[in-house]
Amino acid sequence: MNNFSSAPGGARDAAFLKKQAKAIRVEILKMLTEAGSGHTGGSLSAADIVTALYFYKMRRRPDDPSWKERDRFILSKGHAAPLLYAALALSGYFDKSLLGTLRKIGSPLQGHPCSKLLPGVEVSTGSLGQGLSIANGIAMGLKMDGLDSRVYCLLGDGETQEGQVWEAAMSASHYKLDNLCAVIDNNGLQIDGRCCDIMALEPIVDKWTAFGWNVIDIDGHDLEAIPDALDKAETVKGKPSVIVARTVKGKGVSFFEGKVQYHGITPTREELEKALKEIENNG
Amino acid sequence: MGEKKQSTEDKSQGTERKPVATRDAYGEALLELGKKIDTVVVLDADLSGSTKTAKFAKAFPERFFNLGISEQDLIGTAGGLSLAGKLPFASTFAVFETGRAWEQIRQTISYSNLNVKLVATHSGITVAEDGASHQAIEDITLMRVLPNMTVIVPADGIETKQVISAIADYRGPVYVRLGRSKVPVVMPGDYKFAIGRAYKFHIGEDANIIATGIMVSAALTAAETLKKDGIDAGVINMSTIKPLDNDAVIEAAKASGLIVTAEEHSIVGGLGGAVCELLAGTNPVPVKRIGIKDTFGCSGSADELMKLYGLTAEDIVKTIKEALR
Repeated sequence: MNNFSSAPGGARDAAFLKKQAKAIRVEILKMLTEAGSGHTGGSLSAADIVTALYFYKMRRRPDDPSWKERDRFILSKGHAAPLLYAALALSGYFDKSLLGTLRKIGSPLQGHPCSKLLPGVEVSTGSLGQGLSIANGIAMGLKMDGLDSRVYCLLGDGETQEGQVWEAAMSASHYKLDNLCAVIDNNGLQIDGRCCDIMALEPIVDKWTAFGWNVIDIDGHDLEAIPDALDKAETVKGKPSVIVARTVKGKGVSFFEGKVQYHGITPTREELEKALKEIENNG
Repeated sequence: MGEKKQSTEDKSQGTERKPVATRDAYGEALLELGKKIDTVVVLDADLSGSTKTAKFAKAFPERFFNLGISEQDLIGTAGGLSLAGKLPFASTFAVFETGRAWEQIRQTISYSNLNVKLVATHSGITVAEDGASHQAIEDITLMRVLPNMTVIVPADGIETKQVISAIADYRGPVYVRLGRSKVPVVMPGDYKFAIGRAYKFHIGEDANIIATGIMVSAALTAAETLKKDGIDAGVINMSTIKPLDNDAVIEAAKASGLIVTAEEHSIVGGLGGAVCELLAGTNPVPVKRIGIKDTFGCSGSADELMKLYGLTAEDIVKTIKEALR
């Protein structure tokens, strides 16, 4: 099993991360096709971010998921469960064959992540807007215990329309949670359409800056920029960091990219075949 | 366990058992708990002076987190602290804790079965003058419906202290409902609370009153009055609403064939609801529910409101007499 517990940030290898991100996208598409329901677009858009976290940045022990000194990952946008499951399986938490049970009766791979059923999931999420508060609480607890573990929280951009996110944004900055790094998957789309049409979010950077955060604005598919940003966030003391990752919903599959209808629709068998070929041939 | 304070009360048992608000007992219990268990952390949402968590905050500032006026964040943060191995007590007024943050409690605390203690004060209509906006009369129902959740309503200061100590030893989410106003001491000095175990003052042959919270005191007074009229009414303090002490309820139903529930809460879905749900499937006897009859409260003094909404000992007496007629 992989053990990332020591020097996770050793040699940074963009080619390696790219390979992992491709593998994660393949698993996401396969399990969603098999399940017949679930969230395709937002799983693909955040795939590079989560790849960088699980295969580069996070200190963790897949064979001891509750290891005290691990870094924590909170998937606040719980509908990207397929992405989390793929990352966990491919990084050694459980066997890949389990991915085929997504959303099926009796499976630990619930439609939205359930911490009671699946080791490696820190807390159950799915109702939007709640993850950042939880991440704050963990960050506070780690600080009290003098642990240097870091907490990562992935939010959707549409999710930041939830008021609780801003309550938590205030708290993290008030309590100077510099062991916390939020990442916003800014794919610009939500279920009903473009975020800018439904409930405008911009200027995102200014908002988080005004709330007292260190903001890092990057291309969320650049596997050089993401590890850079995660490293940079760690060096900023006295305030929490947020990475605004500019992404494309459905990224990696040309006919899903930027299409609002692929928020909650899964690929057909034909689409899957086409998509897998495309990912295979791409770079 | 606050035994020092408690022992002075115990000594004077029967003579000088001074009424105390359950929130005040909470403040003291929390302070004691903080001394005993160093993982205890306390969170509040800008009401620490009223919820009495300020005492803990003063003694252990590094273990106290004020989240400001943001109950949803309060609950999530408490959840996170529990995930980091702490024992969080999260407090604010009952209406905000269980109402404003209900879905946060459901998703983050109850579904993930986190070890968070939700201790809310200012429950019921005895919040009084603040009026309906601040009077939580549905919180028992809201918490009781959540899987994994334990729901406790202490009757007085003695029981509150015991409850706080007991839930610290119990792993899992708990909701504790406390009040603003002073309540008479009703529990015996040697009382020992256990989660899920009702306290039977007496099982009556004519009727049994199953009461919770501040209504236990009214129930005891009512039973005294009825006794004078030759009616044997028992009183049970059902401080744990969930898990309900089924055996105690069934025993009472078998003994008397008339059950009266009494709560400073809506008659919908609270203690009365829980008792009816049980008895309907086991020992169907008539159940009269005393509580707030599906309406909002209003401003007034606590005593005036208890009269207005039919929550006095006289109301219990009247209900039982009418039912037995």
